[in-house]
Amino acid sequence: MTTAPAAAPDTRAAVPPARKAGFGHLLISEWTKIRSVRSTVWTLILFVVIVIGLTVLITSLINGSWGTGPQSGSRDASVLADPVGVILGVGVGLGQLTIAVLGVMVITTEYSTGVIRASLLAVPRRVPMLAAKAVVFAILILILAEIVCFGSFFIGAAILHSHVSVSLSDPGVTRAVVGAGLYLTVLGLFALAVGGLLRHTAAGISTVIGIILVIPIIANFLPDNSVDDHIRAYLPAAAGSLISHVHQVSGDLLSPWQGFGVLCLYTAILLGAAAILLKRRDA
Amino acid sequence: MIEARDLTKRYGDKVAVDHLSFTVQPGRVTGFLGPNGAGKSTTMRLILGLDRPQEGSATINGKRYAQLGNPLRTVGALLEAKSVHTGRSAANHLLFLAQSQGLPKSRVGEVLDLVGLREVAGKRAGGFSLGMGQRLGIAAALLGDPEVLLLDEPVNGLDPEGVLWVRNLMKHLAGQGRTIFVSSHLMNEMAVTADHLIVIGRGKLIADSATQDVIARSSGESVRVRTPDADRLAPLITAEGGSVSPVTEGPDTGALLVTGLPAARIGELAASASVVLHELSPQLATLEEAFMELTAGSLEFGQHGPAAPAAAGSAAMPGRL
Repeated sequence: MTTAPAAAPDTRAAVPPARKAGFGHLLISEWTKIRSVRSTVWTLILFVVIVIGLTVLITSLINGSWGTGPQSGSRDASVLADPVGVILGVGVGLGQLTIAVLGVMVITTEYSTGVIRASLLAVPRRVPMLAAKAVVFAILILILAEIVCFGSFFIGAAILHSHVSVSLSDPGVTRAVVGAGLYLTVLGLFALAVGGLLRHTAAGISTVIGIILVIPIIANFLPDNSVDDHIRAYLPAAAGSLISHVHQVSGDLLSPWQGFGVLCLYTAILLGAAAILLKRRDA
Repeated sequence: MIEARDLTKRYGDKVAVDHLSFTVQPGRVTGFLGPNGAGKSTTMRLILGLDRPQEGSATINGKRYAQLGNPLRTVGALLEAKSVHTGRSAANHLLFLAQSQGLPKSRVGEVLDLVGLREVAGKRAGGFSLGMGQRLGIAAALLGDPEVLLLDEPVNGLDPEGVLWVRNLMKHLAGQGRTIFVSSHLMNEMAVTADHLIVIGRGKLIADSATQDVIARSSGESVRVRTPDADRLAPLITAEGGSVSPVTEGPDTGALLVTGLPAARIGELAASASVVLHELSPQLATLEEAFMELTAGSLEFGQHGPAAPAAAGSAAMPGRL
């Protein structure tokens, strides 16, 4: 602790005349918030390592065991049928969890540390703060996820090159790779909205992981009729991830963009609910 | 200027703030006193728009907090509860607040210098001591050079040097014409800091007057007398209607405490009987005593239903039968 100034300090410092701070200022402010916390940096590093690492691992294993082993025939055929799914599927499937965790935490840590009070004193109308946070988070994840998904695709395609030829100019491939980044971004916003509704890190993460991983498993045990097919098709992660698949599977009820639209709709509804509750609840 | 009108906040069945009305004037330090759980922090949260009142309203310079544009340029607040991310540095905490108000980055360095945290600006706030945390909170409150300051227990956790610093700072800011509203449970601290006191108990207003008046209104005034002739003086005092009680512990053991007679009359009595006096000193009630007396009335009031509180200020029971 440094010595306190004994004399009365001059607080009438040069503060420029009041000029209404706009949404742009809030975006800059939220960017400072998100970049100045170590957990953001570590979670995003983990995301990059998981997606690219798993792509390298999976494609290298396939490349090394091509044409050998008892199951290789059918496995190699499935790689040939959907190389993008093989390259991105596992990495994005696990990497999405880090994005979901980060989405929940960018808002719940405000509550757990109490910084939400400082945030709301600065932005007492509250909803613009949430909007700025969502925009900054979405831009950050979109840029990073697209870089990682394209990087992962090129690395995976290069490793598989001697057996499978796949390029961005193949039908649906560019849309699938771009779509993987879009899916991760909207899923992150979905998690952010859940975090805003629940205001508690553990509850938020459990809920989002449950929605992504557990509910689809439960849905698989539903008897196979048309209603249950619809339920499965409209689950957030199942619908949203359609955009990252090159091929539509026979029996898909939604097209890639329709599925993505369904996830966007869920996310918009949850963000709206989070905004209303943020406005209404005591902080 | 801060105005609370009929402010009421209930959490379930519990009434935290009960039809509270008061005005905090600029240019002086207004102390906000009350026992734990009296509703001080809740009142401040209501003024700052963090909680919504069920009834009534609070305004700052005539506007509700949420209506203020760039509110940190008008109002600075130090809350009792922590409001800093433990993983973020002091400088970045202040930076995001400054950016949200369109304040220049240079303002962050200025307030860090002001509170003496420049050297730890890059350290994570989670590692700060209680006192450093308070200084960071004060820095955040001063960031926008606000006209109105609400400080909830600002000297909590500060060392004596820090307490003196906060005291001088508040007086200095009030001297510049700003509105300073500061809560504390340290009554003697308020006695030397606040010009005006708002006292609440159980969410209700108990007193709203100048600090000197609150102290003077206390009935506990007494005179301390030291004399080698206590046996002769005591009957003279009781004959005049005063009461005498010997001090039996503490540094004043052996002295007499006289109530019911002014010091001058005691001196006259002693002179007329040729009793030697070694000390004759009026004892002003401390703010603490005045406060205990005031809040004791509020507790009794709370238990026995509608009856005028003992030492109520003018607006003690607005809008109630």
